[in-house]
Amino acid sequence: MPPDPLPVHALDVLIVDDEAGMRAGAERSLEGFSVPLPDFSETVTFTVRTAATGGEALDQLKARSPDILLLDYKLPDMTGIDVLAAYPAGDFLTIMITAFASLEVAVTATKRGAFDFLAKPFTPEELRATISKAARSIYLHRKARRLEEEKRQVRFEFISVLAHELKSPLAAVEGYMHLMRERLKGPELAAYDSMVDRSVVRIAGMRKLVMDLLDLTRLESGKKKRAIEPVDLVKTAGLVMENVAALAEAKQVRVELKAPPSVMLNADPGEADMILSNLLTNAVKYNKQGGKATLELNRDGDTVTVRCSDTGIGMTDEELAKLFGEFVRMKNEHTRNIDGSGLGLSILKKVVKLYGGEIKVQSKYGEGSSFELSLKDAAVPAPAAEPALKA
Amino acid sequence: MTDQNKIKILVVEDDPDMMEQMKVYLESESYEVVAASTQKDAEPLIAPGRFRAAVLDLMMENPDSGFVLSHKIKKMDPKIPVVIVTSVTKETGYYFDKAHDPKDWIKADAIIHKELRFEQLKAELKRLLGAGERHAS
Repeated sequence: MPPDPLPVHALDVLIVDDEAGMRAGAERSLEGFSVPLPDFSETVTFTVRTAATGGEALDQLKARSPDILLLDYKLPDMTGIDVLAAYPAGDFLTIMITAFASLEVAVTATKRGAFDFLAKPFTPEELRATISKAARSIYLHRKARRLEEEKRQVRFEFISVLAHELKSPLAAVEGYMHLMRERLKGPELAAYDSMVDRSVVRIAGMRKLVMDLLDLTRLESGKKKRAIEPVDLVKTAGLVMENVAALAEAKQVRVELKAPPSVMLNADPGEADMILSNLLTNAVKYNKQGGKATLELNRDGDTVTVRCSDTGIGMTDEELAKLFGEFVRMKNEHTRNIDGSGLGLSILKKVVKLYGGEIKVQSKYGEGSSFELSLKDAAVPAPAAEPALKA
Repeated sequence: MTDQNKIKILVVEDDPDMMEQMKVYLESESYEVVAASTQKDAEPLIAPGRFRAAVLDLMMENPDSGFVLSHKIKKMDPKIPVVIVTSVTKETGYYFDKAHDPKDWIKADAIIHKELRFEQLKAELKRLLGAGERHAS
């Protein structure tokens, strides 16, 4: 990765003109000139190099790429366009200087990547204004490039972790297959039951990961079609509780709903389900044998509060700080046998954001955790096809 | 054959599937597995005469659990062969092996990368236990 280019304060300007007076004048105009760029928390100054011919210009470009190239069109040995053509891959901004501001030159120069034009003769102010514009543009470009690079990096990390998360269940299933093929537990099929069971569990986990990943991708791309309608969260909670019933029974966790007869929220029913099932599943999964999970729903004015608390294993402060990261799964002696994709809370956070909400988490290691969300009605799309104005 | 005749191997691995598979495999090779799934659970098992060789996962509740256990086992009895199983190299680019442990702190006898073929583990154990026997005699 290239080093962060922003801290450089001085931009390197190469002035190419065959008139010595022009070169000196331009150099003087930029001496001590500075452009404040408050958006980038920086002030830019300029260092100037000069060249009198196309040949000299090419040598200078080769020696070190400038940030800004101030290039006369008419040079003794070639035209400015020829210089640009000979050095097409330069990472600099070109300002063409021309005495004959012809359209043809302008078009060709622009095709060759010229950023701006200065018509001869120009005043020091005109030169400074053009250079300021160029400096700003360079900084914007660099910022965009840096953001792009950061995005690429995050993406790359995401994919490596994802690959790892997909690889481990594959390795587990592959290992069992291998043992079964070798009949390492003898000829009786029943001896392999636990291996088959574990394989099924790991494959189910992998499927869950893939599904979660699809959810996350749809949410992030904004391509998920949302159908906003009034949803009774109490009803949604009822269905979610049915879905976690088996899991809860296996861990003997008592699941309890505290809510008025109905709590309405304008929401996408799928997203409402995602929010409640995510919370409740975690509250059961990360609970202790014989524990309790409580889901509370309430509406106060325009805000719906969802609180899900458990008497589970809880988290340390250190674990809390990492909680919402992608693929973060708390690895400790309590969670070792709990399956999960590591994407649940990252999905939850993204969905809750769609409802202008936030998530507050409180947790005490060994005692339990409590997640509190505040949600606002999603905007119901205005009825379509109704002409707004009638003549 | 009684358990007395079986060679006991300490296996410390936090992935339940990996543990199960290693157990099935090693038992099919007539080893007896002494299992632990955390560094914490494994530490009290490190005592003279409890096992003849150890197979340790590297990253468990601590990123260096395998190294710590290896160090402790070797401190108790340097003749006990220790195999560390890790996927760290592949995932992080960090490289661990005897050549990269100049202070010989870890003292592991072999470092096997995960996705291991069980045959490889078997071969390492045979080699190391064989060497140990010669050493002892």
